Amino acid sequence: MFSTGFTFSTSFTWNDLLFLLQGAWVTLLLTFWSMLLGTFMGVSCGLLRALLPRATIPLGWFLDIFRSVPLLIQFVLFNSLKSIVGLDWSAFTVGCVVLGVYVAAFCTEIVRSGVLSVPQNLRLASRSLGMTYWQDLRYVVMPLATRVAFPGWLNLSLSAMKDTALVMWIGIIELLRASQAIVTRIQEPLLVLCIAGLIYYLISLVVSRLGAQVEKRWQQND
Amino acid sequence: MIEIEKVHKSFKDLEVIKGVDLTVQKGEVVSIVGGSGSGKSTLLMCINGLENIQSGSIRVDGTEVHAKGTDINKLRQKIGIVFQQWNAFPHLNVLENVMLAPRKVLGKSRAEAEELAVKQLTHVGLADKLKVFPGKLSGGQQQRMAIARALAMSPDYMLFDEATSALDPQLVGEVLDTMRLLAEDGMTMILVTHEIPFARDVSDRVAFFREGLVHEIGPPDQVIDNPQKPETAAFLKSVV
Ligand SMILES: Nc1ncnc2c1ncn2[C@@H]1O[C@H](COP(=O)(O)OP(=O)(O)O)[C@@H](O)[C@H]1O
Ligand SMILES: [Mg+2]
Repeated sequence: MFSTGFTFSTSFTWNDLLFLLQGAWVTLLLTFWSMLLGTFMGVSCGLLRALLPRATIPLGWFLDIFRSVPLLIQFVLFNSLKSIVGLDWSAFTVGCVVLGVYVAAFCTEIVRSGVLSVPQNLRLASRSLGMTYWQDLRYVVMPLATRVAFPGWLNLSLSAMKDTALVMWIGIIELLRASQAIVTRIQEPLLVLCIAGLIYYLISLVVSRLGAQVEKRWQQND
Repeated sequence: MIEIEKVHKSFKDLEVIKGVDLTVQKGEVVSIVGGSGSGKSTLLMCINGLENIQSGSIRVDGTEVHAKGTDINKLRQKIGIVFQQWNAFPHLNVLENVMLAPRKVLGKSRAEAEELAVKQLTHVGLADKLKVFPGKLSGGQQQRMAIARALAMSPDYMLFDEATSALDPQLVGEVLDTMRLLAEDGMTMILVTHEIPFARDVSDRVAFFREGLVHEIGPPDQVIDNPQKPETAAFLKSVV
């Protein structure tokens, strides 16, 4: 095997670390966009499911599909569907959309139970003060539901971050795929995977620390 | 004036209110006493349109509560209600709890709403708790906060649904005192209560509720001290 430009190395180099960090960046971007998309859809669907339970039963069934079919299958299926329909989307876009919908399906349930956790008494209290349905929703239900839903949402974002690893099957080089490429070359799977694992861990650590801060602020009020 | 005429109210097949007639004049304090399940809470909820009715009519200052064209949110602004369960908004501090509706419903500025809220909270003895969150208050304090929150809307009527029933005995007095002050200020009130001596003290009239009907109504020295109906006497015996 030859490498052009610089000598081939069988040990872990700075370039490898850079390559891993580039992969980590792709992982972060995928997580960010899919969480943004998924949260937006999930909040909308979750509110609908909680506020109009009867009318949205079919929506519940539909989202159940995305919650129960393994994500890998969804990636591969959508990717082939894309070619059949002739959609001109990049693999990255496909990754964000499929993962986003998957996140939305779980987020819907988190939001729904958050909204349902708000005691009926409080809603009667705000309505009895002359607040409209929407004011009650905006100033009483949503803030309280957010507190209940937040830990579940944070968990969801961490698991979405790990699930991004599956997009390598549709050809995107994110963190795990990057580490496999290096493993193939330097034949040191333990070392490389430990480093990749450490990067995942550090990202999660930052996310959950930030989350804990937010929750602590809320808990001071209880 | 609140005019309740031949009101029937059912939950599915269960008829809870079976033709109630009751008129409450401006400035009057009317207490409703009666056994649990007799429909007292349901009637209060109907008065400010939190529950619908099957037939009959409820008018507040001549406005039909359950008519299609009625602006119910507007009507509720003049009918304050305090429930049995404390229902402070847990994510807002005491001041914010009281300011919320004046700001969002009446469109008052932050400064105006705050001034109003501080005034009402001082009135119920919570001036030193403005920045405290409800979770840190006793039940009695939460209930007084709920009263201040309702009063901040400058209502013409106040409805109390067993406002002291969920409180520890030593906290009942402070809430009753707050209600008494309100009655002395001339507020028109309907109180559902089990505190018979209190009802006798503050009420112009007492209504005994039984099985979804006003079974006996009159001044306290009649209904409480000298009930005309055996069921009223039996009930009063059971609660004292
Ligand atoms: N939301 C509801 N759905 C069904 N039944 C109800 C509801 N609210 C009250 N009830 C029933 O209506 C009856 C009267 O209740 P309520 O007005 O709370 O009585 P009270 O306040 O006099 O104790 C009870 O039998 C109660 O179970
Ligand atoms: Mg009741």
